[in-house]
Amino acid sequence: MPAISDTSASARSSVDPAEIARFSAIAAEWWNPHGKFAPLHRLNPARIRYIRDRICAAFGRDPEAERPLEGLRLLDVGCGGGLVAEPLCRLGATVTAIDADPQTVGVAATHGREMGLAIEYVATSAEALAAEIAAGKRPAFDVVLALEIVEHVSDVDFFTGTLASLLGPGTLLVMSTLNRTPKSWLFAIVGAEWVLRWLPRGTHEWKKFLKPSELARSLETAGLTPTETVGLVMELTGSFRIEPRDLDVNYMMLARKP
Amino acid sequence: MSAAALTCEIVIIGGGLAGMTMAAALGSAGISTVLVDRDTAETRLAPAFDGRTTALAFGARRLMQAIGAWDAMAAEAQPILDIRVADDNSPLFLHYDHSEVGDDPLGWIVENRHIRWGLLQRLGALSGTVTHLCPVMANHVERAPAGVTVTLSDGREITARLAIAADGRASPLRQQAGIATDRWGYGQQAIVCTVAHEDPHNGVAIEHFMPSGPFAILPMTDDAEGRHRSSIVWTEKERLVPYYMQMDSAGFELALRRKFGDFWGRVSVLPSAGAASGNERFTYPLGLMLARHYAGERLALIGEAAHVVHPIAGQGFNLSVRDIAALAEAISDARALGQDAGGAEVLARYERWRRFDVATLAGTTDVLNRLFSNTEPVLKLARDLGLAAVGKVPPLKRFFMRHAMGTVGELPRLMRGEPL
Repeated sequence: MPAISDTSASARSSVDPAEIARFSAIAAEWWNPHGKFAPLHRLNPARIRYIRDRICAAFGRDPEAERPLEGLRLLDVGCGGGLVAEPLCRLGATVTAIDADPQTVGVAATHGREMGLAIEYVATSAEALAAEIAAGKRPAFDVVLALEIVEHVSDVDFFTGTLASLLGPGTLLVMSTLNRTPKSWLFAIVGAEWVLRWLPRGTHEWKKFLKPSELARSLETAGLTPTETVGLVMELTGSFRIEPRDLDVNYMMLARKP
Repeated sequence: MSAAALTCEIVIIGGGLAGMTMAAALGSAGISTVLVDRDTAETRLAPAFDGRTTALAFGARRLMQAIGAWDAMAAEAQPILDIRVADDNSPLFLHYDHSEVGDDPLGWIVENRHIRWGLLQRLGALSGTVTHLCPVMANHVERAPAGVTVTLSDGREITARLAIAADGRASPLRQQAGIATDRWGYGQQAIVCTVAHEDPHNGVAIEHFMPSGPFAILPMTDDAEGRHRSSIVWTEKERLVPYYMQMDSAGFELALRRKFGDFWGRVSVLPSAGAASGNERFTYPLGLMLARHYAGERLALIGEAAHVVHPIAGQGFNLSVRDIAALAEAISDARALGQDAGGAEVLARYERWRRFDVATLAGTTDVLNRLFSNTEPVLKLARDLGLAAVGKVPPLKRFFMRHAMGTVGELPRLMRGEPL
């Protein structure tokens, strides 16, 4: 952990207010697969499959079972509309999902209720939840997901430190984000925002993207052990597949908490 | 909500061949399903209910096997070992011999009631997963962003993630959803009957192209008395159909013999088993109908609710089977990833998968029918040469044969004979 300044950890936040305002404006769009979040809908099958399989491998579950994640306590940080929380709940996990934006959490919670899914949605920050765990008000999690979120936070090391404190011993952290390469600038900024307009312009700031080595170092500093990094590659059809060696644009990283 | 509400993942409206096959496919994959069927099993198995036979292509038989319904109908399925295509008054014959593409038959001819029997047996075995409600109607289907509520004629309610419309060519569900269709009439009807002939057919199917439309002779299994049987699909100009239908039995038999010929000995029209003698012939209108969309919010169309094609290539039910295999796979794959079984992604995948396949086949059968139901001399010469050319170029012919067998293209797992 980096040295903490004079502000206390619980009062400090990794949330950037300008980013929150942007997402709030488009919260209702979350569940429209052809809407502004179409890229996340397209990412979903590949990344849910990867997450399911890796959680199953880590906890000795059968991925082909009807509810393979039954009983595992899972936290989705930066849950957005619940695109990841809902499938993992259907697969059996006991899901807590948080987002800093109350409107987005409202959208997600409403949708989850309509789907008959018991997901605990909370409009809070990872830091506040970590403080609850530290105070013994709730147990630590078996799995923490932080997907497409670290590229939006203002202090990466502080954020990964918080993620580490949400996990119990012998548990799993799953992250996904965008690499900082010329190709990712071309695909994620020029392609997705300027040309194809899949994302509103200004969704991403390329300079905030992390190279895998930088993220791994930050996780190690937080006391976690990175175990695997894989790429997510877009196919010509617009869907994605896991590609272990191509980390140039989107990638996922797993880390164990010893 | 009434006290007797049923909750399931998928509700299928319509208990015809497509609806029952869909239910068996979903049930075999462990997906909780309710099948809403307006008829009782007894009605559907009665010979007079439906005198048709269905050609199951190779891929369709594999699906029937994969969903556990084939064994109960296998004894009643006649393998097609050779298909002969002949043009009217033309010496040129096109042979499709199964030994050119492998050891498997080109397809199987099965009476619809035997397919129903096989499917009903399977649905009975799946009763823990599939609830077959009959006789009951779907009075109202309410589709909402989060799910479907079906109100039945007996007052019960069903809630599900997805409604599948298997309610036939007039599909009330399709109309309610405001899904438009494109239609072309052919001015033709099909007269369907069963004949006995003195000599065995040896598994040969004959498609005889005549100016009024194709005349198909499809091999059936021998009946209980050991008579050699074939099923006739006689396409006729619409205005002439009443004339043939009003003939007495002897007159109709004479007319049929003129069309059929005598290469398998004397031909006689069989009364449908158990039916009154007047019930030996059935007619079905022919036309091409394509729905503009295969899905709507919380709704998927399968079978004739989505498409009606000309029976010239024997592909109608095989097209439905491809719908079923594709939709079952999209649903099953989504569930394995915890996704909403009736969500927009599942439906988009289904629609993408089916659109191209159906449009291609509908176009092909349409062109075939227009080409062959015509006496224009230039067209006749072109099709004589065309038939001969296809027969003389083996790779091209094998491609056509594999397509007719339903083993070409990106096949859903069930059509490759694999479980979901």
